[in-house]
Amino acid sequence: MRQIYFDHQSATPVLPEVIEAMRPFFAASFGNPASRHRHGLLAREALEKARAQVGAFLRAESPEEIIFTGDATEAANLAVKGTALARRRHGGHLVVSQIEHSSVLASAEFLEARGLACTRVGVDAEGMIDPGRVQEALREETVLIAVHHVNHEIGVLEPVAKIGALAREQGVPFYVDADAGAGWFPLDVREMGAGLLSFSPQRFGGPKGVGVLYQNRRAPLAPLLHGGPQENGRRAGVENVPAIVGAGVAVEIAGREMARRRAHCARLQERLWDGLRAGIPGIKLNGPAPGPARQPGNLNFSVEFIEGESQMLLCDMQGIAVASGSACAGSGGKSSHVLEALGLPAALARGNLILSLGPTNTAEEVDCFLAAFPKIVAKLRGLSPTWEEFQRGLTRPVVEPVEAGRTS
Amino acid sequence: MSQLYNDTVLDHFLNPRNAGDLPEPGAVGLAAQPNCGDSLRLSLAIQGGRIVQARFRAFGCPAAIASSSMATELIRGRTLAEARRFTNEEVVAALGGLPPGKENCSVLAAQALRSALEDYDRRQARSGSDCDPRPVRVEPMMLDSVAPNHAPDLF
Repeated sequence: MRQIYFDHQSATPVLPEVIEAMRPFFAASFGNPASRHRHGLLAREALEKARAQVGAFLRAESPEEIIFTGDATEAANLAVKGTALARRRHGGHLVVSQIEHSSVLASAEFLEARGLACTRVGVDAEGMIDPGRVQEALREETVLIAVHHVNHEIGVLEPVAKIGALAREQGVPFYVDADAGAGWFPLDVREMGAGLLSFSPQRFGGPKGVGVLYQNRRAPLAPLLHGGPQENGRRAGVENVPAIVGAGVAVEIAGREMARRRAHCARLQERLWDGLRAGIPGIKLNGPAPGPARQPGNLNFSVEFIEGESQMLLCDMQGIAVASGSACAGSGGKSSHVLEALGLPAALARGNLILSLGPTNTAEEVDCFLAAFPKIVAKLRGLSPTWEEFQRGLTRPVVEPVEAGRTS
Repeated sequence: MSQLYNDTVLDHFLNPRNAGDLPEPGAVGLAAQPNCGDSLRLSLAIQGGRIVQARFRAFGCPAAIASSSMATELIRGRTLAEARRFTNEEVVAALGGLPPGKENCSVLAAQALRSALEDYDRRQARSGSDCDPRPVRVEPMMLDSVAPNHAPDLF
């Protein structure tokens, strides 16, 4: 069966150049960068080369500002908890947005359970954070502002440079989770006013098992992993040298390719949404319209009267890999905190699907999805009690108007 | 191919049995999960104290849809007394198990059946008779007004 992959937000194929660069560091040059013999020195050189590549990618002042971690989640934990720990004498209050990734929100909850306070700034109906509300949330004892660059579910670009400017004005460290925007947009830590910034290269052709945390030399940070002196004492543990080498190559390629990736995926994104809007009544886009306020690979929508995981499984049966922000977790039924924050009605949040495009996707794949998806919707609506009630005029749709061209 | 659901669950999800509504049901049951929004409508034809037909409509995840489909198969032919003892564990067992954490998605079926039997009891009390209030029309099937159950070129 033909395979179409529209889930680049979850994982991307590792680029051939990245694999080639990594290969020697598994067996031929296997040394521990902490060792003083030639094996170790070779590994250390590779490590420092990657650090310089990533530093340049972020326009850091020095490669020493780059900390390699195990993944983006670890980097987020280190940024949030590490700052709170380092600044505990100053105070115990965090400001985050309501729609941050769970690695940031769960870290904040962890700190709340230990006596710190956290203000979660709300967003507008498209997921945009108002810098004015961030400012209002600040207190004398605020130790960190954490706002993401791009939301991982709805692709909205946040005004991080404005928030960075006000953070600098107020003298509060600013952490940017740049995971969903890295590899798509140039990341300039100085322009953003970021004291801390994190991402993982596995989102754009790098390997899993490595994350990056940029730490400005003036940003206070306490380590969470204790042991050896690795990463300048900021993250103990033997470095994942092959993955770090791969990360260096992935960011270099991303730097060269990102404008083309953006243009290519923006065309596909528009084609997808135009096709879906025309072919399926009762469909709602979540997040901003395709354009400058949205990451070009991301499309997040809800189909009324049907559930997301069922749509996802029927897509998978057709060889099309997609994601749902509200996949049923069994007991309790997890709905997306991002969609909730947008004020989306629960029924629509349940009908959610996330498509994330990548540079190797084609217009033909988009058309293939557009041909298959209306049948999937029709099949599930054929089973749905709420669709049947709507057809009989017993309920009003949430998505209005239901456009012409009913699927059945 | 690696899969989350076993073949029986997938089969009932992809080819749901007894989907739709009975045109003149002897009882209708509704169930909804307030925490996740899944819902199920079950309509029954009851003759001589026995469930002779069951149809369902479900909004929910694959486990919820497959459980509803399996439940309609399991309860057909049962006496009302047997149906009152029906549990969701029976559905899970007949499906050969659901993935960890998904067992709860099968409770809708048992809830909707309970709701349908209560509806039947109410109707019986109203009609004041042991006889079924209306004849049961078994054919034709009911899906002509809505989308085809599954597009033939799709699966």
